[in-house]
Amino acid sequence: MLVSTLKPKEEILGYLRDGERVFLVACGGCAEVCEAGGEKALEELRSVLEASGHPVVGGKVLPFLCNKALVGIGLSRVSAKVEEAEALLVAACGVGVQTVAAVLEKPVFPASNTLTYGAFQGVWPSEERCARCGECILAYTGGICPLTVCPKGLLHGPCGGSYRGECEVERGRPCGWQRIYDRLEKIGRLDLFMRFKPPKDRQKELDVPLSRRKSIFWALEYIEEEE
Amino acid sequence: MKFRERLAQGEFVITCEAAPPKGADTKEALENVRRLASLVHAFNVTDLQSSLVRMSSWALCALIQREGFESILQVTCRDRNRLALQADLLGAWALGIENVLALTGDYPTLGDHPQAKPVFDLDSVQLIALIQALNSGKDLAGNELSGKTDFFVGAVINPAADPLEPHLLRLRLKVELGARFVQTQAVFDPDAFVRFAQKAEPFRVPILAGIIPLKSAKMARFMNENIAGIRVPEELIREMEGAKTAEDRKKEVWKSVRGSFEKFGPIARGFTSCPWAGRSWSRRFWNWRDCLKRKEGACRTIPRCLRIGRSLRRRKNACPPQKSGQRGSALERMKSFPMAASANSITSRFSSA
Repeated sequence: MLVSTLKPKEEILGYLRDGERVFLVACGGCAEVCEAGGEKALEELRSVLEASGHPVVGGKVLPFLCNKALVGIGLSRVSAKVEEAEALLVAACGVGVQTVAAVLEKPVFPASNTLTYGAFQGVWPSEERCARCGECILAYTGGICPLTVCPKGLLHGPCGGSYRGECEVERGRPCGWQRIYDRLEKIGRLDLFMRFKPPKDRQKELDVPLSRRKSIFWALEYIEEEE
Repeated sequence: MKFRERLAQGEFVITCEAAPPKGADTKEALENVRRLASLVHAFNVTDLQSSLVRMSSWALCALIQREGFESILQVTCRDRNRLALQADLLGAWALGIENVLALTGDYPTLGDHPQAKPVFDLDSVQLIALIQALNSGKDLAGNELSGKTDFFVGAVINPAADPLEPHLLRLRLKVELGARFVQTQAVFDPDAFVRFAQKAEPFRVPILAGIIPLKSAKMARFMNENIAGIRVPEELIREMEGAKTAEDRKKEVWKSVRGSFEKFGPIARGFTSCPWAGRSWSRRFWNWRDCLKRKEGACRTIPRCLRIGRSLRRRKNACPPQKSGQRGSALERMKSFPMAASANSITSRFSSA
């Protein structure tokens, strides 16, 4: 299971331009179990957005956002509404956000931070990878995670070793930042490339303290162990 | 005159790369430095270039400064986390090192210790922001420092990068965050450099062009294979292979470097050459610089490059003095970023859950 938690609303609202029309997607898998997905998250996000003047054109809970086929089919059922939206907001782990971004040519923003695998891997094999860094920056990188596609985990563009879209580390490996650049260009949001991202809080990537483990997100594991 | 003052005054500067020794013996490295000292304005000391273990960059910088010459400290993000970076930079300042070139760093698997753990806690853009924080008297966490640094910060770019656009955006970000000069990866395709320099013109930051005089076609091929970011055009390699004698080969190299000079001249604000360039090449760079300084018509060796005098004067203000407080310090900009501001609220979500 991938443990995720909803981002603070100020951060989510910071992604959106004034009055931008939003379509909401929430995961009915791991994220729902953590109370950061499913109908609950959808309602929470809807009220946050509407209170701040962002029209919500629609919303959908999909069973497992890590499965690209399911996401593609699920979203095609509501394609008219998705078309109408200028941006999508996804309540899921980092894999789920990247999957939605991979099937759509629109800005896709994360509504959650992914904290840990919680001992389980995601269910479906997928090219999209999440580094569970605890402070998701997919909003600024076109829905492609620089921590997992760039071996150096750079946050502000390609290093000098990137050449013709190839990584310096391995022949044939695509340069992650070239992919991110191409994606941002395609969705017309190169302004996001120029956003300065402060150094990451690595504390969130390290071991999870016991106090947090006893919180709701890990409760399932704990109850099992204690019984 | 200091390196930064020369650039501020629009002087054409020449720097030379100096690699710290592979070992504890500094005799040879310092001899090379002394030999070249009269022909360069500063030594650019590499930080475990190509991820090969060598003496630390700041140590050789300090030794060079002790000899009375100026150094530029290269700092990469590959081997040090934010604690070590700040510690080394503060130490470097205390040893008299004033110029820093911020780089990402090659991946460890390219070097002689491929088993090493790559750090990359910060990237080079954040490193520039970190140096600005130290310059403003604070550490990265915002704690007051006793005494602040005044580093002159440089950034790097590979002008032959293809496609160039993402690299240009990255460079723009670096300049916005406080990079005061730009040094390029070695250029073998002068047209690519010119294209890059034209696009970088609006950044209004002096550019030092990287130059590596090739020794042989074999060396060119080796660099293409093994050095990240270096691409010697195939035509140039073939021309060198076509040369029959060593003398012919030298002529080919000189021809290509001279061709580069003529194209760079009107645009670049300096050169940075490689450590093996040696004295004869450095002499040529220096002579060429003298050509630039002289008035039109006075230079006989490379007549065309003389037309640059005018444009050099025009560019005198290309490196305006840094106005602090204009945009807020890098640290303030970091603090105002929504993610940093929300860090606390994320924690509070945990404790309330």
